[in-house]
Amino acid sequence: MPADAFLSTRNPEMTLRQKVWQLNWGMVLLLCLVVAVGIAMLFSAANGSMEPWASRQLMRFGLGAVIMFAAALIDIRLWFRFAYLFYFGSLLLLGAVEVMGDIGMGAQRWIDFGVVRLQPSELMKVALILALARYFHGISGEEVGRPTFLLLPIGLVLAPAALVLKQPDLGTAGMLLLAAGAMFFCAGVRWWKFALVIVAGLAVMPVAWQFLHDYQKDRVLTFLNPENDPLGAGYHTLQAMIGFGSGAVTGKGFMQGTQSHLNFLPEKQTDFIFTMLAEEFGLVGSLTLLGLYCLLLAYGFAIAFRARNQFARLLALGLTTNLFLYVFINMSMVMGIFPVVGVPLPLVSYGGTVLLTVMASMGLVMSCYIHRDIRISRRGTPGA
Amino acid sequence: MLQKNEDNERQRSFSRRALLLGGAQSLLLAGLAGRMYYLQVIEADRYKTLAEDNRINLRLLPPPRGRIVDRFGLPLASNRQNFRVVLVREHAGDVEMVLKALSQIIDLDDHDYKRVLREVSRKRGFVPVTVRENLTWDEVSRVEVNGPELPGVTIEMGQIRDYPFADSMAHVLGYVAAVAERDLTGEPLLELPGFRIGKNGIEQKYDLALRGSAGTSQIEVNAYGRVIRELSRDEGKRGDELVLTIDGGLQTFTHQRLMAEQSAAAVVMDVENGDVLAMASVPSFDPNAFNIGLTVKQWNDLLNDQLHPLTNKALAGLYAPGSTFKMVVALAALKSGIRSDHKVFCPGHMTLGRSRFHCWKRHGHGWVDMHDAIKHSCDVYFYDVSRKVGVDNIAAMANHFGLGQEVGIDLFGERAGVVPTRDWKLANVGESWQGGETLITAIGQGFVLTTPLQLATMTARLAGGRQVIPRLSRGVRAGAGPTEAGGVAPPDFPPLDVPLEHLRVVRDGMDAVSNHPRGTAYRARIEEEGLELAGKTGTAQVRRISMAERAAGVTKNEQLPWRRRDHALFVSFAPVHKPRYCCAVVVEHGGGGSAVAAPIARDILLETQRRDPSGRRSLPIIAPAQIAERG
Repeated sequence: MPADAFLSTRNPEMTLRQKVWQLNWGMVLLLCLVVAVGIAMLFSAANGSMEPWASRQLMRFGLGAVIMFAAALIDIRLWFRFAYLFYFGSLLLLGAVEVMGDIGMGAQRWIDFGVVRLQPSELMKVALILALARYFHGISGEEVGRPTFLLLPIGLVLAPAALVLKQPDLGTAGMLLLAAGAMFFCAGVRWWKFALVIVAGLAVMPVAWQFLHDYQKDRVLTFLNPENDPLGAGYHTLQAMIGFGSGAVTGKGFMQGTQSHLNFLPEKQTDFIFTMLAEEFGLVGSLTLLGLYCLLLAYGFAIAFRARNQFARLLALGLTTNLFLYVFINMSMVMGIFPVVGVPLPLVSYGGTVLLTVMASMGLVMSCYIHRDIRISRRGTPGA
Repeated sequence: MLQKNEDNERQRSFSRRALLLGGAQSLLLAGLAGRMYYLQVIEADRYKTLAEDNRINLRLLPPPRGRIVDRFGLPLASNRQNFRVVLVREHAGDVEMVLKALSQIIDLDDHDYKRVLREVSRKRGFVPVTVRENLTWDEVSRVEVNGPELPGVTIEMGQIRDYPFADSMAHVLGYVAAVAERDLTGEPLLELPGFRIGKNGIEQKYDLALRGSAGTSQIEVNAYGRVIRELSRDEGKRGDELVLTIDGGLQTFTHQRLMAEQSAAAVVMDVENGDVLAMASVPSFDPNAFNIGLTVKQWNDLLNDQLHPLTNKALAGLYAPGSTFKMVVALAALKSGIRSDHKVFCPGHMTLGRSRFHCWKRHGHGWVDMHDAIKHSCDVYFYDVSRKVGVDNIAAMANHFGLGQEVGIDLFGERAGVVPTRDWKLANVGESWQGGETLITAIGQGFVLTTPLQLATMTARLAGGRQVIPRLSRGVRAGAGPTEAGGVAPPDFPPLDVPLEHLRVVRDGMDAVSNHPRGTAYRARIEEEGLELAGKTGTAQVRRISMAERAAGVTKNEQLPWRRRDHALFVSFAPVHKPRYCCAVVVEHGGGGSAVAAPIARDILLETQRRDPSGRRSLPIIAPAQIAERG
C-alpha cells in the first residue's frame, strides 16, 4: 500500500493560517452568545453588579477562549497520541481528591491549586471521551463485536465513575456512564449488549439504593413528588418551578425576577441559573437559549459526520453528547422532571472548571473539524 | 484497500448509529421545549400566583384606638405617643457594646439588659428588638444626638393609652392590656404583637367600637422574611370616639370627696334620663400602670388588698340598704291600701312571738304617721306596716325600683343583689319564711343586699317618676370633630307604675329628713336657696347586737374595730321641688348614715347643681355606640 493511502488526499500538513481559516466561526459565535447570556444572568443574579460573579466569569471566558483555540489548532494526532496520558493524569487527580480534596457542599469535589480550584471530575469527562475515542479507533469493526475487546473500555469507564460516585457526585457519574454509553453505541457495540446492561442495571437498582446517601435518596423521592414536603427537600424544586412558570411567555423583565432576587431560588448563580433566565425572559428567553444549544449540538453532530477518521468522529460525537447531557440534565432538573443532581448549565452557570472544560471540549470538536480529512493509523502513527 | 473498505463500513455504521443518537437527543430536547411550554404557558397563571404568594405579605396596621371623652368633650382616655428604643442586631454589630453605650445615656435596668440579649439571640438579625418603652422627650433627644455612636439603635413611635384622670376614672373606664389567650376570636388584629384590648369598664364594654378596623400594608419580603419594600397601604379606620354621660369635673370632685374615707362608693345620676354623671369607688388604682405593664408584685398587691381597689364597688359592692329601703316599704304599704295618715305607736321596740325588735331610738318615737316615720326613720312603724303588707309585696315594689336585679348599666360586672321573697328563701336557703324576717327586711336588713348603683337608680325613679336605666355611654362621634347633623334621641323611659300622690308622700318625707330641724339628716342639708336636697339616711349593721349588749348600752361605732362598724348610706335627690339629680353614697364601715354618708352626698349634690351638667350644652352625638359581644 502506498504510504499516502494512509493520509489525506488533500494536503495533510496545514499551516497555522490555513487552520485559523478553517476554524468553525459559526460555532465560536454561538458559543459567545451562550456565554454572553450567562454573564448577563450573573449580572442580574448579583442585583445588577459585575461583582462577584459576572466579572470573574468574563475573565474565565477569556482564559477559556485561549484554551479553546489552542485545543482547536493543535493537531488532532497529538490529541490522539496523548489521549491515554491525559486520561491517566485525570484519573490520578480524581484519586487525589479522595486524599486531599476540599469538603465542598458535603461532597469532595475540588482540588485546590491555589489559583484555580479544579474539579477533576469535569476534566475526567473530556479525558474519558478522548481515551474511549482512541481505543475504539484502534480496534476493527469485527473486534468491537467481541466481548473481550470491550473489557478494557469498560474498565476505563468504571474506574473514574466509581471514584466520582464515591465523592459522592451522582450527576457526574451518571454523565460519565451515559456519554461512554453513547460512544460504545456509535462505535458499533451490539444492540443486545446494551439491552443486557440495562436489564442488569435495573436489577441492581434496589441494591444500589441502599448505598445512596440520605440526601440523595431525598432528592430522588422529592423528584417523584416535589410538593410532598414544600419546605423541606422539595423546596428547591418547587421554588424553581414557581420561578420558571411565573415567567410566563415574556418574563418579568431583566433583573425583575422576584423568585430569584428575593432569594426564594436556591443556587441561582449556578445550577438554577436557567430558572432565573426563564423567570426574567419567559418562554421567549428559555426557548432561545435552548435553540442556541440545539444549534451548537447540531454543529457537533455535523462535524462528527464529516470527519474521516474514527477517532475524530467518536471524539466529536462524545463531546457533543457530553454537552447534550449537561444541557438536558440541568434543564430537566430545574423544570422538575429530573432529580436535583447538581449538574450545571454549561457555559452559563457560574463556575470555572465547567466553563473551561466545556470550552476546551468545544475546541476539541473544532479540532476534529479542522483536521477532518487527516487519517490516522490504528496505532496512531500517521502513515509509514 | 481492505482497511479502507473496512473504514468505510465503520463510517456507515457510525453514521447510522449517530443519526439514531442525534434523533434521540432531538426528541429529548423537544420534550424540554414541551415542558417549557407547559410550565410557562399552560401553568403560568398558577405559578404566577404562587410567586406572588411567596413574595407578598399582608401586614396588619393596628388602628388608633378611639378616644373616650366626657359629655363636654374632655378627654378621659386618649392615645399618647410612646417612644421606644429598638435595636437591630445586624446593624448594631457588637450588641453588648451598643447596649453598654446606650445604658450610659438612658436608664436601663439589669432585667431589660438580659431580656434584650436573649431576644436578640433568638430573633433574626433584621428583626428589631424593643430595648425600652416610654422614653421621655429628654431621653429621645439624647439617643438621637448620640446616634452615630449607637449603630443599629433607632427610636420608634408607637401609641399608648393615656388616662389623664388616672385613678379617679379607673373603675368607669377600665384599662387596656395585652390580649390573653382566651380573648382570641380568630380576628387577626388580636394576634398582632403589642396589640391591646379593653379589659374592664367602658374600655371592655365598647371595645369593638373603640378598636376600629385594621389597615393593611402589602409588603414585599424575601425568602428569609426580610421586608424589601411596601407595595401598598390601606390605613384602616380609627376607633370611634366614645362620648360618656360622665362629667369629668364632677367625677374628679366625687372621687376626691370619697378619698376622705377608706372604702366608699358614690353614684350621681340624672333622674330624667338615667345619665350617670359620676361614679366613683375608692380605693382605686392607676390604669396607666396597666399599659406599661405591672410587675407581679404590684399586681398581687392590688389583688390581695383588703379594700379591693380593683372592684368597682358602685356596681359590684353588695350592702344591706338599711333605712334607705324604707321608701320602698312605704310605697308598698300605700299600694296595699294603708293610708299615709295611718299612725303607729313606737315604744322603742316591737314584740313578735318571743322576739323583740328594737327601734334605733331606744325610748321610741311615740305616735308616728308615714311622713314622720320617714323623717325620723322610725323602725317600729315599718315593722308594723310590713306585717300588713307582706314581704312579697315589698319585694315586688323593690324590683320595680330596680333593686334585686341587674339594673342594666352598660358595664360588665354588675351584681344583682338580693330582695328576698318567700319563694326566694325556700329556693336559696331551703327554709320557709319566718314572720320576723319580714320585719328585718322592712328596715333593709337581713337578706336584702343592694349595690350603690341600684340605690341611685331607686332614688332616680323615686325622684323622677320614670323607670330610668342608668347609662354611661351617650354614643359615638365619628372622627374627632363635632358634627351638628343628626343626633341620638335621649332615652325616653316609661313612667313608674306608682300613683304620683304616693311618690309625693315619700318625697315629702325625704324632704323633711334633710330640711326639717328634727329630720335625721338636717345637719347635712343644703342651705342655698333652690338647691335644697331631699334624702334618706341608712345605717347597715354588719353585726348582731346581743341582748346583753343592748342592756349594757350599745357600743359606739367609734369604739369598734373598723371591720365591725356599720356601713353608712345616704340616698338623696335635688333640687327638692324640681328633682334633676340624685346621689347615692355608701361608706363601708363608716358608722352612721347621717353623720358620715349624708355630708358627702350633700357636698356632691351641691357641686353637681353648681356645675349643672344636664343643663349645659353637651356634645352632639351621631350614633349609638356599638357594644362588644364579649361578656
